[in-house]
Amino acid sequence: MDIRRLERKSDVLWEIPQRGQMRVPGLIFADTALLQDMDDKVCEQLGNVACLPGIVKGAMAMPDAHWGYGFPIGGVAAFDPGEGGIISVGGVGYDISCGVRSLSLGISRQEIMPRLERLMKELFSEIPAGVGSTGRLRLSMKELDKVLRDGAVWAVGRGYGSPEDLAFIEEHGRLEGADPSKVSEKAKERQLKQVGTLGSGNHYLEVQYVQEIFDAEAAEVFGLKRDHVVISIHCGSRALGHQIGTDYIQILGGASQKYKIPIRERELVCAPINSPEGKDYYRAMACGVNCALANRQVLSHLVRKVLKRVIPGVDCRLIYDVSHNTCKKETHLVDGRPKTLYVHRKGATRAFGPGHGELPDIYRHAGQPVFIGGTMGTCSFILAGTSRGEDLAWSSACHGAGRSMSRRQALKRWKGKNVVSSLKRQGIILMAASMKGAAEEAPDAYKDVRRVVEVTHRAGLARKVAMVKPMAVIKG
Amino acid sequence: MGEKGLGKLKSAGWETFDHVADIGIRGIGASVEEAFENGAKALFSLMVDDISMIEVEDTVPIECSSFDLTGLFVAWINELIAQADIKEMVFREFTVEIRGVNLKGSAAGQNWVKSQAGRGIEVKGATFTEALVQERDGLWVAQCVVDV
Repeated sequence: MDIRRLERKSDVLWEIPQRGQMRVPGLIFADTALLQDMDDKVCEQLGNVACLPGIVKGAMAMPDAHWGYGFPIGGVAAFDPGEGGIISVGGVGYDISCGVRSLSLGISRQEIMPRLERLMKELFSEIPAGVGSTGRLRLSMKELDKVLRDGAVWAVGRGYGSPEDLAFIEEHGRLEGADPSKVSEKAKERQLKQVGTLGSGNHYLEVQYVQEIFDAEAAEVFGLKRDHVVISIHCGSRALGHQIGTDYIQILGGASQKYKIPIRERELVCAPINSPEGKDYYRAMACGVNCALANRQVLSHLVRKVLKRVIPGVDCRLIYDVSHNTCKKETHLVDGRPKTLYVHRKGATRAFGPGHGELPDIYRHAGQPVFIGGTMGTCSFILAGTSRGEDLAWSSACHGAGRSMSRRQALKRWKGKNVVSSLKRQGIILMAASMKGAAEEAPDAYKDVRRVVEVTHRAGLARKVAMVKPMAVIKG
Repeated sequence: MGEKGLGKLKSAGWETFDHVADIGIRGIGASVEEAFENGAKALFSLMVDDISMIEVEDTVPIECSSFDLTGLFVAWINELIAQADIKEMVFREFTVEIRGVNLKGSAAGQNWVKSQAGRGIEVKGATFTEALVQERDGLWVAQCVVDV
């Protein structure tokens, strides 16, 4: 990125000055090195987002930002419905509520090592992963509507997990306002056999151990101890979410014309939040969020089922479940006064700070856990939301490392079996449904997640709590 | 919409192209219909390990429409992905007829479970990024980035 176009506000915050049709400035959280690696498209897309009606404070990009669809990936923007604010498909993304949940096992890596291979074989056989795979659940359309309305609450009601899990999921496992009648039959038909599946691409299930603790107090509250084992699951709303995005690109395309909202990129199509089309999209998107929450809850149940068989007596507690691709109705302070805003986070994590009412009581002083996935060969991070994050970016943080090499380049450079053997030499088991997928996801095809996390921490968006290292991975 | 990576076209066929996080698909043909058909082959080349191993056992009719030709290509690719999900199939051969911005066509292939083509990566859907349909050097090209 050409940084001469930007104004440096601090060593980790840069501003794209307001110009032309921009209603607010663009704000990029990055250091010089991250910024120089960023695509110029991030700047262009932030400029486009800044022109949308009702945007408040700024069009923001997190330290892992890269070129996306309408919004940059790593983009955050809040809109005020009272000021004609809009809701946009591009601000949510296609894989609605793609996210990460982490479960703490309460045992050390030394204890799990003798049984790790068997555990992975059984998990790989229990958890449907990869293109063309279907889940074990066979839902009727009526039952799927309940999934879309009630999310993880539906799953717990069907015996997938315990009611205690719900306090540790954003929105307590169910986003209000979901209306399945706003979701197309095609979207539902695609999802009937996909509840409880992992997917492919960058989605994964990873057995990790805590290698380093940065914040002992928060780590203790989150149940993290050095050397202890954590299982993380990264996936989203599967086919349903994408079909909702595809359907509403068309619908909101018409709405953008109807409400005379100039659109600079097709995936930025939008409608006023209070318009019939805007309300319909929110209701459909909420179904996508609930589908993803239910999906991760069912996957957690499958993990616990296997654990019970392989390591009887192990306690598998949900640390938290975060979503990356959402639009949420939240109350934030604007000029010192509370206001209801629709916060779009596209490839960004909600990161509520200490004292926030939505957090479970035991996390009230620590802040919300935030999971930042790295690569299957390096490390991932657990952070906590800060009070400062509210002022900086509507309580938002980064979500991952971001690719440094395209999938095609990765396929030219590596073969899947070589990635498997290279990880094996590092003591990491990789089980992949597709060797092509394994090559595309090679650790060196990603940026260094440590740099992204360091800047997130220094900027005050979220603070470092622990670093986890992979022991074994399932890739779709 | 850009033309990144689109050099001089030599002959009909299909290929994939680079995108920072996802991947692009491109079909080239003597007609716009052939470009669409070849674009579909590029799509399924991503979803399996070896597209030539897909047997043709069943045919699914495909219909879609949009507001312009570029939108129609995105809609065609999205419809193929949706039908692959719903029918639990993987496709290899395609036919396309275009009238204005309406498409009638078909996709032929076989059930995923029976297929020996091997697993590639799941494509979630087509996007408008780098999307274009245009005539160039006497050939038609249809392309877009797909979200994986």
